[in-house]
Amino acid sequence: MTHSLSSPISEEAIRELKVGDQVLISGTVFTGRDAVHKYLHDGGELPDGVNLDGGILYHCGPVVLKDDNGEWKVTAAGPTTSIREEPYQGDIMKQFGIRGVIGKGGMADKTLTACKEHGAVYLHAIGGAAQVLAECIIRVRNVYMLDEFGSPEAIWEFEVRDFPAVVTMDSHGESLHKDIFARSEDALAQRR
Amino acid sequence: MSRLRESLIELIRRTSAEIPDDVQTAILRGLEQEKEGTIAKSALEIIERNIGLAKSKSQPICQDTGSILFYIDCPVGLNQIEFGREAREAVKEATKLGYLRQNSVDSITGKNDGTNLGPGAPSLHFHQHTSEDTSVRLVLKGGGCENVGAQFSLPNTKLDANRDLDGCRKVILEAVHQAQGRGCGPGVLGVCIGGDRASGYEFSKREFLRDLDDRNPDPKLDELEQDILKTANELGIGPMGFGGKTTLLGVKIGAANRVPASYFVSVSYMCWAFRRDGATLANDGEITGWLY
Ligand code: SF4
Repeated sequence: MTHSLSSPISEEAIRELKVGDQVLISGTVFTGRDAVHKYLHDGGELPDGVNLDGGILYHCGPVVLKDDNGEWKVTAAGPTTSIREEPYQGDIMKQFGIRGVIGKGGMADKTLTACKEHGAVYLHAIGGAAQVLAECIIRVRNVYMLDEFGSPEAIWEFEVRDFPAVVTMDSHGESLHKDIFARSEDALAQRR
Repeated sequence: MSRLRESLIELIRRTSAEIPDDVQTAILRGLEQEKEGTIAKSALEIIERNIGLAKSKSQPICQDTGSILFYIDCPVGLNQIEFGREAREAVKEATKLGYLRQNSVDSITGKNDGTNLGPGAPSLHFHQHTSEDTSVRLVLKGGGCENVGAQFSLPNTKLDANRDLDGCRKVILEAVHQAQGRGCGPGVLGVCIGGDRASGYEFSKREFLRDLDDRNPDPKLDELEQDILKTANELGIGPMGFGGKTTLLGVKIGAANRVPASYFVSVSYMCWAFRRDGATLANDGEITGWLY
């Protein structure tokens, strides 16, 4: 089933989503990867202008260039591996009210529990699909902490349209990753 | 700029932006067999669309343009020092042109000087032969899939894997199971049975130079390749680990001699963004034909 999502998202809307649902995300998305997670977890404050309440955080280190008119232009924007943020994600989600995290590879129990308690989902984007995903980013609205963290690690504010992803961890304690891992393990045991 | 350097820049551009035909055919085959309406199918559709977009825009298929691996077959007379210098300059230029991301980091200082050059980067493998022809192949190997490679030392009690082909089969399938959801599947395995820890991985990567549809001339290894491909695709892991039938696109296995005390099985995993190309070169460095 395909859902449309746009931030700010209510807890109710998030709780309707189930593992395996496809979503098309439109509206505002903020990027954040290793440096941002560590900074926020260590007590850092969000810069003015960044509001994650009901929002979507994207694990992505985009390639962004300035064009001849001085406008930012995204040339590649695929997801990066999410599991590195596992120690921080659950707490950050709750503290800032994040409803959706986009990334690749899935996350583990701590995040899954936080998704259930707080009402959030993990959205798996297609790893490596840099060009398709860059096309879904229709505008770079702003960038924060560029000087502190450098381009790939900065907080980019994107306006996206129909950005495709799959719910692989929902707010009911289900994880597609866990499920498939267990099932494929059984299948392998029969074929050993 | 030298003819050779121009040719190598074009080789890098083509490798980074255009997926080889054999890989694309395998992806299309996967797309056909996934059920309508599944997330596996739509994942492969997005991948297919991405391949088309990258080619038409002449931009990297994936933003991680990977480790840069050159394989050169050359006659005895070729000046390898000069070739290496031209290859490094070509990498630097291709990075400026955006065919390669600034992707090479000093492991001690953490600095990225933006050139993609440094110790071991790019890596150049020369192989002299008796023929007068020169050819150069290039593989761009992404980091996510490199991270899920695995090396096993047999026997492995936990996996009940002995020092025989059945033991190899067990550990290779274990590597596939462990790689799920990481490394951007559907993937291709390059495997080396034997060798030492270094040559094992090196030989496993050379398997990526083979055409996906070729058959192993060694009947035993051919059987193992077919078996692992079929079995892995029955595990239900699927593209991106979303579930489905397309877990692997190919399996390529080679062997190297080992010392009696060691028995390594080295497994390299290549993501769906399998970037490999190659060209034959004239004496002045001009491209005379494409190898894939
Ligand atoms: S594993 Fe391959 S497709 Fe995935 S991000 Fe890395 S290079 Fe790209």
